[in-house]
Amino acid sequence: MTTANNLVQGLLLGGLYAMFATGLSLMFGVMRLVNLAHGDFAILAAFLALVMVDGTGLNPLLTLAVAVPAMFVLGYLLQRGLLNFAVGGDGLAPVLVTFGLSIILQNLLLELFSADSRGLDAGAIEDTSLALGRLNVGWFPLLTLVTGAAVLGGLQLLLARTRLGRALRATSDDPEAAELVGVDHRHAFAMATGLALATVAIAGIFLGIRTTFSPALGPTRLIFAFEAVIIGGLGSLWGTLAGGMVLGVAQTLGAQVSPGWGVLTGHLVFLAVLAFRPSGLFGKPVTT
Amino acid sequence: MSAGRPLLEVAGLDAWYGDFQALFDVSVSVAGGEVVAIIGANGAGKSTLLRTVAGLLPRTAGAVRFDGADLAGVPAHRRVALGISLVPEGRRIFPSLSVEENLLVGAQARRPGPWSVPAVLELFPLLAGKRRRGGGQLSGGEQQALAIGRGLMANPRLLLLDEVSLGLAPIVVRRIYEALPAIRAAGTTVVVIEQDIGQALRAADRVYCLLEGRVALEGAPASLDRDRIAAAYFGVRA
Repeated sequence: MTTANNLVQGLLLGGLYAMFATGLSLMFGVMRLVNLAHGDFAILAAFLALVMVDGTGLNPLLTLAVAVPAMFVLGYLLQRGLLNFAVGGDGLAPVLVTFGLSIILQNLLLELFSADSRGLDAGAIEDTSLALGRLNVGWFPLLTLVTGAAVLGGLQLLLARTRLGRALRATSDDPEAAELVGVDHRHAFAMATGLALATVAIAGIFLGIRTTFSPALGPTRLIFAFEAVIIGGLGSLWGTLAGGMVLGVAQTLGAQVSPGWGVLTGHLVFLAVLAFRPSGLFGKPVTT
Repeated sequence: MSAGRPLLEVAGLDAWYGDFQALFDVSVSVAGGEVVAIIGANGAGKSTLLRTVAGLLPRTAGAVRFDGADLAGVPAHRRVALGISLVPEGRRIFPSLSVEENLLVGAQARRPGPWSVPAVLELFPLLAGKRRRGGGQLSGGEQQALAIGRGLMANPRLLLLDEVSLGLAPIVVRRIYEALPAIRAAGTTVVVIEQDIGQALRAADRVYCLLEGRVALEGAPASLDRDRIAAAYFGVRA
């Protein structure tokens, strides 16, 4: 029974990891930029929610209405003002710039909020659960998975059906040819980063409700996000959700054996995928 | 357009392709409604000329004027909005988009005009029934038709076609060129780079021949004989 329960908890946790991973995947897909500060932006959003909760007493879930658009705007401006100058040259520049951003964000948060662990209290939803036979499924983990699936589904629809989505996919295929049909790649890149930070803001706030967070937590989250993307397969959004679930299940089942084994088991599964199926579970075989 | 003013005027253009100067003092003038062919040997600067007009390469001297307005500093995507579409060499179809999506993304600049997905599919029967096909799964001729259709979706006033017939079977080339009268009838001015001199002379109102980055010959096909073209093309004096 414990195993079944942990399996379900792991699957639900996958929704959170998928939300972390999807923005990373989107930015890489559109502009071949690996944003090493991605996890730190999630933590920034969690602190943003904390400030709003402290100031107004709002439920942290309601702060999403402000934090998500705010992070979108921040992402757009960050790309137009900084990252657009780093992409397009050699591959090292964006890595150095986003690594620097990561350090700046961590120290800024440390300066403003100290190194204490903080949490967001979403009220009763955190402690109540849905009884499914002998399994108890928490409402909040369930909401996390549903939200994660909704974020991925929404993004999938946007990419598949809208004018902006076509522009982003065209830019991803061939930036110069996209320019020739009238796509301003600087704007397209900025929209991608805006969307990425909007999605990771949701992830950061859900993380803050689920557990505690502190300024230095970003890089750990970045690694989980990378693992979800790679396990699922690059370029497949539903693969990312599956990758998040595989990682979540590996971690909860590993932790069942011994609490110290949780994160390690996740890493081992990730390494196994890299070794035996490097294109990921749902990715297209890599051909270059 | 006011009478007498050319739609496209390239004056004294110098352009570089990397560290290599590809164009020297090139002047080309295209009137509204014309079909102009640019011929010349490999490396003569034909593609560089079109890429500079489209805004992909910077000019270092001279001017490119479109309907009288200087295009200096106007980025490529803004030139599409002004009405200049380049169909690039190698087609450059977006492989992860379907045929229909490749056409729809061509309308990104939102210029009003006669072209739509059904209109393009009617123009190129080659593409009929392949709307949902992935852009990467097309034959060379289908890709070329799609690339031209994608360019038309921007409803351009000036359509630049780079190496239309390169690598295509003669029958496919003929089917592509059969679309030209309809494109022209829609009011679009066309500049085409063509390897096949016979094809260029048949299709165009005027021909420019480039030689080592300079205009070596210009004129209406009827006014040019084979010897003069050969001399301008290969740079040999008979």
